[in-house]
Amino acid sequence: MVHLRGAVALLGRFPALAGVDLDLEPRRIVLLRGANGAGKTTLLRTLAGLVALAAGEATVLGVDLRTDRRSVRHRVGLLGHATGLYDDLTVGDNVRFWARAAGADADDVERALTRLGLDGRLRSVAVSRLSAGQRRRTSLACLIARRPELWLLDEPHAGLDQQGRDLVDALLREATAAGATVILSSHELDRSMQLADEVITIAGGIVTRDSDVAGVQVVPTDGGAEGHRGDR
Amino acid sequence: MLQDALLIAGKDLRLELRSRVALNQVLPFALLVLVLFAFALDPDRGVLAQATPGLYWIAVLFSALLALQRSFAIEAADGNRDALRLSGLDPAGIFLGKVLAVSVQLIVLEVLLGIGVAVLYTTHIEGWGLLVVSSVIATASIAAAGTLFGVLAAGLRVRETLLPLLLLPVLAPVLIGSTRAFEAALAGSPSEGWPWVGLMSIFASLYVVAGVLGFGPLLEES
Repeated sequence: MVHLRGAVALLGRFPALAGVDLDLEPRRIVLLRGANGAGKTTLLRTLAGLVALAAGEATVLGVDLRTDRRSVRHRVGLLGHATGLYDDLTVGDNVRFWARAAGADADDVERALTRLGLDGRLRSVAVSRLSAGQRRRTSLACLIARRPELWLLDEPHAGLDQQGRDLVDALLREATAAGATVILSSHELDRSMQLADEVITIAGGIVTRDSDVAGVQVVPTDGGAEGHRGDR
Repeated sequence: MLQDALLIAGKDLRLELRSRVALNQVLPFALLVLVLFAFALDPDRGVLAQATPGLYWIAVLFSALLALQRSFAIEAADGNRDALRLSGLDPAGIFLGKVLAVSVQLIVLEVLLGIGVAVLYTTHIEGWGLLVVSSVIATASIAAAGTLFGVLAAGLRVRETLLPLLLLPVLAPVLIGSTRAFEAALAGSPSEGWPWVGLMSIFASLYVVAGVLGFGPLLEES
């Protein structure tokens, strides 16, 4: 599913990934944790084929990112800090556009809108008039309408209320049950540890710990939540 | 590729219908340019009549810059460029879609400006066929070259000021060709205008081919 060996990615001249080794199995939820600037976002963007590999090996969904970054892109769904939405279009327009771009059909759009609770009055509201949480829901609707094989989520719970956070967790479980793999970065360790099958810790652009979630003790990374993983 | 182009064009035109930037800002700007030229040259109506084709196309060019900047500003906001790169859309299709959307907006603008010219400058057109064909080819040329240079400038902080610097010199042949064709249409001697249409057709073809081949790599770098 994901195979990295000595992966180096540069942001300008700065090695945001400084030799990452990583192997991930399919149908798992993987929590990526680390301090601000540790390289979490760059790792997600590299896996999405948005950041070029400067050195090392990287294979994602069977695609060698050294030679072909574009082929993997339509098979992954990336939810970053930005929403990727057009402010002047309605919620429905946005979801329909991104779904059609990925080859999804009208049923996928309707399912996504309904699942995210956007099928009522909200679907005809311009994105510019939405709250941060509603925008996040719309971005998620765009993502699930595309039915990606690999979900890459950067702080997916950010900006959402309790109900929205629970919904995200449910969506991730449904995605893995349907065969997808999920990698999420989060500072909300209590919630994310409940969700994850595997935890990766990244620091200084290098994966420093890579293990199953069982037995991993939650330690604060940059002031994030502290606690122990609950039973799954 | 064509399906992707239609999807992008539809999205861009829907955005324009909802935001009405071209209608509320670009069109008034273009009309204002025409009115200011009329004020500046009115004491000598002969000069105004002579300069009409050039003034018209300069107003179109300035307006096209605004439309092109808008076309890429909507992709620069809130991670949309990354989303486009991840979408799986063919970059050539994205290019053609943007060219189509900008062309449609410019053609509407040209029609309205044409009415403005007829009213303000009391212009009488003789060669309608030449005028329509040359306008369509010139519009395609402006949109194709502008979209290519637009994506080139899109990733830069100075894009708003850089795009006119890059684009206006490149569009000089289109300005000359469209102006000459307009003059020929005004004078009722279309045969003098068609060679310019041929020249602009070559220009448009070159930039469409360059855009289809080069838009993808430029989108990656932006």
